[in-house]
Amino acid sequence: MDIFERLMKLDRRWVFLFLIIVCVVTYAFDFPVPILVEPEVKAIFDFVDSLPPGEIVMVPIDYDPGSLAELHPMTYAIVEQCWRKNLKVLFTALSQNAPGMADQAIRDISDSLKVEKEYNGVAYPPREIVNGEDFVFLGYKPYPSIIILSMGQNFRLPFPTDYYGTPLDSLPMMKGVQNYDDVACVIDISGTNSTDYWISYGQGRYGFPLAIGVTGVSTAQYYPFYGSGQIFGIMGGMLGAAQYEDLADNPGLAKDGMRVQLYAHMMIIAFIILGNIGYFVSGRRAKVEGVK
Amino acid sequence: MKRQIPVFLVGMFGLFMIFQYFVPHESSEWVYEFLLDWTIIIGIFAMALGLWSMYRVAVDKIVTRKPNWGYSYLTLTGLVTMMLFGFTTQNGERWGWFFPFVITLNLTFIMIIQARQAKQGGRSLFLGLAAVFFVATILIGILDDAWAFHFRTAEGLRSTMFVAFFDNILIPIFATMFSLLAFFIASAAYRAFRARNLMATLLLMAALVVMMRFNPYFGPISPYLSDASNWLMNVPNLAAQRAIIIGVGLGIVATALKVILGIERGYMGKG
Repeated sequence: MDIFERLMKLDRRWVFLFLIIVCVVTYAFDFPVPILVEPEVKAIFDFVDSLPPGEIVMVPIDYDPGSLAELHPMTYAIVEQCWRKNLKVLFTALSQNAPGMADQAIRDISDSLKVEKEYNGVAYPPREIVNGEDFVFLGYKPYPSIIILSMGQNFRLPFPTDYYGTPLDSLPMMKGVQNYDDVACVIDISGTNSTDYWISYGQGRYGFPLAIGVTGVSTAQYYPFYGSGQIFGIMGGMLGAAQYEDLADNPGLAKDGMRVQLYAHMMIIAFIILGNIGYFVSGRRAKVEGVK
Repeated sequence: MKRQIPVFLVGMFGLFMIFQYFVPHESSEWVYEFLLDWTIIIGIFAMALGLWSMYRVAVDKIVTRKPNWGYSYLTLTGLVTMMLFGFTTQNGERWGWFFPFVITLNLTFIMIIQARQAKQGGRSLFLGLAAVFFVATILIGILDDAWAFHFRTAEGLRSTMFVAFFDNILIPIFATMFSLLAFFIASAAYRAFRARNLMATLLLMAALVVMMRFNPYFGPISPYLSDASNWLMNVPNLAAQRAIIIGVGLGIVATALKVILGIERGYMGKG
C-alpha cells in the first residue's frame, strides 16, 4: 500500500491526534490573531454604542452550557459594554439551563466592572452593579413562543416577579417599563431555536429592533432575516464574538479562542487537501491500470 | 363528544387567535392576555408531567433490572440533590448536618425503590431502612439550624452548593460533550469533502472559502476570500434559505388551518 492509498484509508484517530496537538499547542502559546470585522457584527456594536445612558437593552440568554464556548463571550462583551456606558440590561432565560448561565454571567461581569478599565481610548471608572437598578433578571419560563408574545403585552404577565422573587413593580429599573416599546433593542443570544421565535413572534409582531448572536453552525440560516431587515445584526459563533470583543476593545474568551480555531481550521483544510490528493492519484492510477 | 369538544375548542381558540391579531381592541387584548396566561399555566403542568415521567422511567428501569439500571439511581440522586441545593442555603459560615440530610433523603428514596423490586422478606427490610432514613432526615431538618429552606428567594437561587454544582459539574460536562463534536466534524470533513463530481466540488470550494475567510496568513488574497465568503452567505445561501423558510412557513399555515378546521386530528392521539 503506497502513501496515496494510505491517505485514502487514514484511520480517523490520526485526525483526532493531530487536532488535539494543534488545539493544545495553540492554546498554550499566546500570540495575537488579527480579526477582520464583518458589517453585521459592527451594526450591533454601533447600535449599542449610540444609545444614551439610561436606555434599556434586553438580552435574552437562551443557551445551555454546551454552547458556552461560542455564546458566553458574546454576552460578556455586550453586557460589559452596556454597563460601562451606563445602559440598563433586562435579562431573560428561555432555555432550561440558561438561568444558570445568565446568573454566572451577571456575577462575572459585575465583578469586572469593579475595576477601572479603558476601552477604545475612553477610561471608565469602577462601579458597583446593583440588581434592580442596573439590571433585572426576569428568569425562566417554559415555552419561549408564548413567553415572547406575553412580554409584548406586559413583562409582568409571564414574570410578575424577577428571578429572585422580587415583584417587578418594586424594582426601580422597571418603573414605567411595560413591554418591548420601552426597550431600545433586543439582542438575543441563543443556542436553541428560540431565535426563530424572537424573529417570528417578537420582532414580527411587535416590531422592535432585534439583533442575534447564534452558534457558528446556525449562522447561515439567519441571513435571510438580515437581508430583509428583520434583524439588524448577526454575531455568528466564536468568530462573531471575537469580532465584537475587537470592536469593544475588550479582548476576552473569544479572541483567546480564535487562535485555536484558526489553526484547527487550517489543519482540517490541510487534511481535506491531502485526502483529495490521495483520491485523485489513486483514482488515476486505478484508471491507468484498468487500461493496461 | 370525546372528539367533537376538543375539535370545537381548538377551532374556536385558533380562530380567535387569528382574529385578535387584526383587532387591537381593549377587550380583544384582554382575552388574548387571558389565553396567554392559561397557556403558561398548562405549560408548567406539562413540565411537572415531564418530571414525573422521568421518575417513572428511571424507577421502572431499576425495578425490572433493565441494562444499565444502575445509572438510573444516579439520575434520581442527581435530581433530588440538585432540587435540594436549589431550595436550601447556609445561615452562617458552616453547613452543619446538611450533607447527612441530603444523603439520608436520597437513601430514603433508594430504599423505597429497592423495596419495590425485592421479594417478600427483603421488602420489609428495605421499607424499615427507608423509615429509619426518613426519620433521620426529618430530625436533621428540624434540629439543624446551620441551613434553611428558601423557596423563591434570592438566597435559595444563589445557594452556594447549587451554583458550585452548576458551575463546576454541569457546565464542564456539557462543554466536554459539545467539544467532542469538533473531533468528529474534523474526521467527517476529511472523508466527506472529496471532489467526486461537480456538485461535490462546488460544496468543497464553498466550504474552503468560508473556512479560510478570516485567515490572516493569505496576504493579498485575504480580502478576496472575505468578499467571496460574504457573497456566498448573502447571495446563494440567502436565496436557498429564503426558499426553505417560505416553504416551511406555507407548510405551517396549511397545517394550522387543517388543525383549526378539524381536518388534522393527530394531536388527539388515537381517540
